[in-house]
Amino acid sequence: MTTEEIKYQPKDYKSDQYVRWCPGCGDHAVLNCLHKAMAEIGVAPHNMAVISGIGCSSRLPYYMNTYGFHTIHGRGAAIATGVKTARPDLSVWLVTGDGDCLAIGGNHFIHAVRRNIDLNIVLFNNKIYGLTKGQYSPTSDRGFVSKSSPYGTVEDPFIPAELALGARGNFFARAIDVDLKNTTEVLAASARHKGASVTEVLVNCVIFNDGIHRKITDKDVRAERTIFLRHGEKMVYGANKDKGIVLDGLKLKSVTIGQDGYTLDDVLVHDAHEKDNTLHMMLAMMSGDMPIALGVIRDVEGPTYDEAVHQQIEEVQAKNPTRKLHDLLMKGEIWEVK
Amino acid sequence: MAEQTKVKTLEKVVIRFSGDSGDGMQLTGTIFSNLSAVFGNEISTFPDYPAEVRAPQGTLSGVSGFQVHLGSRKIFTPGDKADVLVAMNPAALKVNVKHLKPNAIVLIDTDSFKKSDLDKALFTTDDPFTELGLTGVQVVAAPISTMVKDGLVEFGLDNKSALRCKNMFALGLVCWLFERPLEEAMHMLQNKFAKKPVIAQANIKALTDGYNYGNNIHASVSTYRIESKKAEPGFYTDVNGNKATSYGLIAAAEKAGLQLFLGSYPITPATDILHELSKRKDLGVITVQAEDEIAGICTAIGASFAGCLAATSTSGPGLALKSEAIGLAVIAELPLVIIDVQRGGPSTGMPTKSEQTDLMQALYGRNGESPVVVIAASTPTDCFDAAFWASKLAVEHMTPVILLTDAFIANGSSAWRIPEMDKYPEIKPNYVSNYQDEKVWKAYRRNKESLVRYWAIPGTEGFAHRLGGLEKDYETSAISTDPANHQKMVTTRQAKIDKIADYIPELEVIGDEDADLLIVGWGGTYGHLYEAMETMQENGKKVAFAHFKFINPLPKNTAEVLSKYKKVVVAEQNNGQFANYLRGKVPGFNPCRFNRVKGQPFVVARLVEEFTKILEA
Repeated sequence: MTTEEIKYQPKDYKSDQYVRWCPGCGDHAVLNCLHKAMAEIGVAPHNMAVISGIGCSSRLPYYMNTYGFHTIHGRGAAIATGVKTARPDLSVWLVTGDGDCLAIGGNHFIHAVRRNIDLNIVLFNNKIYGLTKGQYSPTSDRGFVSKSSPYGTVEDPFIPAELALGARGNFFARAIDVDLKNTTEVLAASARHKGASVTEVLVNCVIFNDGIHRKITDKDVRAERTIFLRHGEKMVYGANKDKGIVLDGLKLKSVTIGQDGYTLDDVLVHDAHEKDNTLHMMLAMMSGDMPIALGVIRDVEGPTYDEAVHQQIEEVQAKNPTRKLHDLLMKGEIWEVK
Repeated sequence: MAEQTKVKTLEKVVIRFSGDSGDGMQLTGTIFSNLSAVFGNEISTFPDYPAEVRAPQGTLSGVSGFQVHLGSRKIFTPGDKADVLVAMNPAALKVNVKHLKPNAIVLIDTDSFKKSDLDKALFTTDDPFTELGLTGVQVVAAPISTMVKDGLVEFGLDNKSALRCKNMFALGLVCWLFERPLEEAMHMLQNKFAKKPVIAQANIKALTDGYNYGNNIHASVSTYRIESKKAEPGFYTDVNGNKATSYGLIAAAEKAGLQLFLGSYPITPATDILHELSKRKDLGVITVQAEDEIAGICTAIGASFAGCLAATSTSGPGLALKSEAIGLAVIAELPLVIIDVQRGGPSTGMPTKSEQTDLMQALYGRNGESPVVVIAASTPTDCFDAAFWASKLAVEHMTPVILLTDAFIANGSSAWRIPEMDKYPEIKPNYVSNYQDEKVWKAYRRNKESLVRYWAIPGTEGFAHRLGGLEKDYETSAISTDPANHQKMVTTRQAKIDKIADYIPELEVIGDEDADLLIVGWGGTYGHLYEAMETMQENGKKVAFAHFKFINPLPKNTAEVLSKYKKVVVAEQNNGQFANYLRGKVPGFNPCRFNRVKGQPFVVARLVEEFTKILEA
């Protein structure tokens, strides 16, 4: 049986380690989705490297039966960049949280995205520091009360999508921990994308920030408060699939099909492959009366850093036969002593 | 008039080229040292340039210098003071007064010594030489700018381009002074300006004009002849420390059969390592110019995990930023070479100047018990061997290694015999394929003798494993907070580094067997300390010299050597970091100390004076 014929199962990506997240933590669900997505992609576990920083979610590599590296706070993106640049043949994943990725690791994150290095970045966003027991994070809303902001924060949060697209990101997707099917679909899509992919998963912290995403994730409101985007499909949502997103001047608007003269024809078709990111940004930023956009919001091909590095080496080598240091030195300014 | 010219035959001579930072003095000095090396002289050079890219023209802060020491016998330093100074403007003269011998020859461009030029250099009279108290020097004054412009009329260059060639006129004059044929310089200029043939020809013309000018006027000064020396047969090239470091890494990667990866962020005076390795795509080197110092080392750690010979290059401030990541490489037990080209500190300090003030940072600048190997290169060419050794120990012992060089040896150059790589030792990574034990393999299982864990490269089936910054269990390699296990892991990581003493050369002592004084040094001060020892021996003193390249672990015979001599002086460019370190390692050791932290190389004469006092005390 050759390697190609092996059909991997989710369990092949599970390690023997006991998972230590709190019971009810959203991370458990994402871990299961990741196992499924990896099996679906079918890359052998030993050809995968899962890198992480520090935080609750960054414990994840220990629960994978792949090569893994649990590194230091905020630096996962830089270490993953090294792994992938050295070895473009590996499937490299970066698991990170809102504090790890957007506070201490913000610089590495934006540069990894800007370089378009082929990493699958999974950003667990629970809008709280869990491992240090309950401080506000860079994604906490203004006024958020926590142990380190007893009177409420006086700063605005990052919106991960805005940051990723601002850093010229070519792939951004959003998922919620309670929707296993769609999260698995999105993670698999992020792996298929060549280049830096950012998948924000809205996860619940059952201990320090319970219910933070409830207004959009609870079963009774989810259909009305979220829209799952798929490339080439109409942007419709709602329990009865009777709502849609239309363009109203330069703004997006949510309408009910059949009301106020709107028909299905007026509803936008999602084009994740459009190079211009204006509409992707507008979709990703929907809030308030608009549904929160889930699914693959942007998915555009572009040259990847890791491939370009190796391609440049090949191009130079094609023109230059020198391969050994000694030969190089002998070609330089030298003189002989006899 | 020819008989007026005295030819002095000397063993050594020091020449300093000095001018505005835009005057091309670095190029002039480099060409002169290269052609002298080809001629068969021993050379050692030292560029001394301002931190500012272009300070205001003609001012004291904009002076850039390049010192060359030539000799017929082994030369280890760029020399204390200059026999010959080329001063392209009054500022260059003023800045270099302290670097001049009393009877030196000073070559000036009179066109740049006008009132306005003197004002810019803050002279208050119109006689700069008297004002500076330079009464004994022999001045060769030539209207260089005018003659260069006149000589280049035929090339139709604009004024600015023509004047750019005046450094070559000065070089021509110096070549005449030292009886150097011009062919080699012409050849170098042709290569340098291969894509601009007119500029190449103009420079060659200015060079020739300068030489002829010296020859025609027979300036009544001494000319010098430095005998050439028989060096070990082989092919030679001129190399500075940063280049030699880069080559050492490449050589090690070749020996180990690994791809070389450098993750780095630009920082003076280490950036040339990034430059050189970025050029070496022909040899398959991967370089990443990272977004910051931390990413520089982290990309390298990632590459090491992925199976490369990984390195990062920096200077003191960058090493500080990398501390946490070095700790990760310590606990993950991954091979990594960290190069610190030391400069003046603390903080931004003096970026272009040289010090040895990062030793404690290298040894201990991390949280937790986190031992690493520390090596220091002693000369520009030794950077090659030191980088090779650093890589070998990193890969064979699965540990980060900090290689300390400094601005002085990184920028200084000397002639280097191109090594035959088959004479260098093998480098054998401790791959997981070497694992032989009845117990099933785990990431932190070790070789029983060396305590080195096994390197399982991603992509290898059956060896997927997880590393991390959290403490691991000695047996199972899973996360552990067990107190006894932590003690065992701390002890083991230390023992692994200590055992490296079994794999490195012993400390060598040179000089007199029955010395009354042992001089001890480490790193880039080798040349100055060696010359100080030589001079003292010439003065009839009994001295010996031990220079450390391996700092952690120390060579096995360290205590034995240090306790053999009545008097020991540890000389270093810091406040006594190595002396204190040795005191902690060698019971009862209490050396004399010589410490200077000026950002400048030691002065041999001063060392001799101080050491003699210590010896006679």
